[in-house]
Amino acid sequence: MIEAPIEIWVEAIGIAAPGLPDWPATRAILRGEAPYQPDDLPPYQPQLLRPNERRRATPAVRQAFRAAESACIASGRAPGEYAAVFTTSDADMSIIDRIGLALADSARIISPIDFHNSVHNAAAGYWSIAVDGRLPSTTLCAYDASFSAGLLEAAVMTVVDGFDSLLVAYDVPAPTLLQPKRAIFNAVSTALTLCRARPPRPCARLQLRRDHTPITTLQDPALENLRRSNPAARALPLLRLLALETSGVVAVEDAGGGSLRIEVSVQD
Amino acid sequence: MTPLGISYFTATSALGRGLDAHLQALLDERSGLHDAGFETSRLHTWTGEVIGLETPLPTAFFDWDCRNNRLAELGLLQDGFIDAVAAARTRHGADRIAVYVATSTAGVQQTELAYRAYRSDGGALPDWFNHRTTQNSFSVADYTRLRLGLAGPCAAVSTACSSSAKVFASAARAIAAGLCDAAVVGGVDSLCLTTLYGFNALQLISHDICRPADVDRNGLSLGEAAGFALIEPGIDTPLRLLGYGESNDAHHMSAPHPEGRGAHEAMQAALTRAGVEPSSVDYINLHGTGTPVNDLAEDKAVCALFGRDIPCSSTKGWSGHTLGAAGALEATLSLLCLRHGLLPRSLNTRKVDTRIEGNILLQTRRAPLQRVLSNSFGFGGTNCSLLFGTVH
Repeated sequence: MIEAPIEIWVEAIGIAAPGLPDWPATRAILRGEAPYQPDDLPPYQPQLLRPNERRRATPAVRQAFRAAESACIASGRAPGEYAAVFTTSDADMSIIDRIGLALADSARIISPIDFHNSVHNAAAGYWSIAVDGRLPSTTLCAYDASFSAGLLEAAVMTVVDGFDSLLVAYDVPAPTLLQPKRAIFNAVSTALTLCRARPPRPCARLQLRRDHTPITTLQDPALENLRRSNPAARALPLLRLLALETSGVVAVEDAGGGSLRIEVSVQD
Repeated sequence: MTPLGISYFTATSALGRGLDAHLQALLDERSGLHDAGFETSRLHTWTGEVIGLETPLPTAFFDWDCRNNRLAELGLLQDGFIDAVAAARTRHGADRIAVYVATSTAGVQQTELAYRAYRSDGGALPDWFNHRTTQNSFSVADYTRLRLGLAGPCAAVSTACSSSAKVFASAARAIAAGLCDAAVVGGVDSLCLTTLYGFNALQLISHDICRPADVDRNGLSLGEAAGFALIEPGIDTPLRLLGYGESNDAHHMSAPHPEGRGAHEAMQAALTRAGVEPSSVDYINLHGTGTPVNDLAEDKAVCALFGRDIPCSSTKGWSGHTLGAAGALEATLSLLCLRHGLLPRSLNTRKVDTRIEGNILLQTRRAPLQRVLSNSFGFGGTNCSLLFGTVH
């Protein structure tokens, strides 16, 4: 297919995944400077949410905030300055589980908070309230290709609409009953802030193009397991190049068939 | 932005299958809502149900079979849409046509059925329940992509009740970025117990028929719909997407900003992107769900931006609130209104709430239209406005 690549700058990175509590620790592991142990992270309280919303925030919302807050701290900019793209395959399956069980009962009593938290864009809603984020935001789903779908949308929102953007990919474990149907057993979130113009301290420049480049895997078996275990962890090959501060090419699965080829250029 | 031609569009809802059925229902002032119940619901409410969803999907798509994907299939079959996309595929190539389909429910009814089976039989969820192809929000976008044989950029947009307005924005961006040359956009949402009992838990469902802007309005009637459009910039067609505007209220998860702050920003952004003044808009298809606070907040935003005279109405008295499909259904109704010079009245509205200051149409009018704005707002404070127009 013939198309000009979409060019954007990566300004800052956030991540929270088993054994990867933040970007500095992740960076060291992806550079091979520290061993990887996939231990679950302790629970997280979003820092930016007011108590009322914090109380109501679901596990998926908390997981999304974990990486998003971390990326915004790293960028040093006000989170409300970014347009936002949230992308998740399954958001909070535990809510669907509770509602499914409630509706199978004769009383059919659904918690109102569960219902308003059941929207796929719950994290985006809490985020906009937390950071007074009134710029456009969207929430996508593309099953296992949710990360690349989100990256493309955030890049295009940045390039076409002219907003620097925050991309947040996240998925959390399925409840027991749904696990045989959707095998997600861990909580992962990855976040990038993306800029149209070169930021003061860029991580890298990305050129995105849809094609059929074979999907990039990771050599370390534990990290490769993590990559495959959660849709938000599909970002890991890209994050590895960003950690190594090395130019190169990675490919992630694309929702339209084929792959999203990401050319990473590290300058200076 | 450069206006984008809309070469084909179609709708299926409680008003019927295809554009002619929708136009006729608007002209006849015939609501598609009924109070005969839905499935095993014991709630006393009105619903906008699509008739004829008992037919399973073709064998090749057996795994995808659920109410939501059946509705998508029924929608795609109307108005020659599948043939139109096939012709576009020949013109542009399958990998140059994007697919953005929105949903809020996806096939959650399938999950409800699976949980009921589990409750009666115990053990595990039944073998026939396929999460990926029915429950997951991507299922209907993926189904549409596969059914139409397209391989361009693809995603499901799921931002509650603004979802399928936002697919137009995603498509416009992807085209502008050169990611694709054309796009199929759509919204599909289907009736289910989750939304019926969920909105009931939030006390947002009316026991009466939905009466947008009425002094006695007390909630929404749920509906279901599939709406699709083919956006092709290079095609000579009179109907165009002129602008889109997106914003967040940043206020509350399930209640709008009382002054309609985000709604105002979304409408303003659509006008700015189109490069037109508020006075150039001829009619607004309101979000107008019929809940007390939503209609009031939207009215404040409309009056602040457009003044009190601009004709406006919600079409949810016809179709019910079709949630994740509302943006696409109301986009197709807006395009129909543009094509036929129709300003539909606010059906079921008897006496406008005196606190609502806008020009809510109580009589259907016929007049040539050049620009129509369509509003869609949702939980999480997400707002999207689309501006459509004719080019002569």
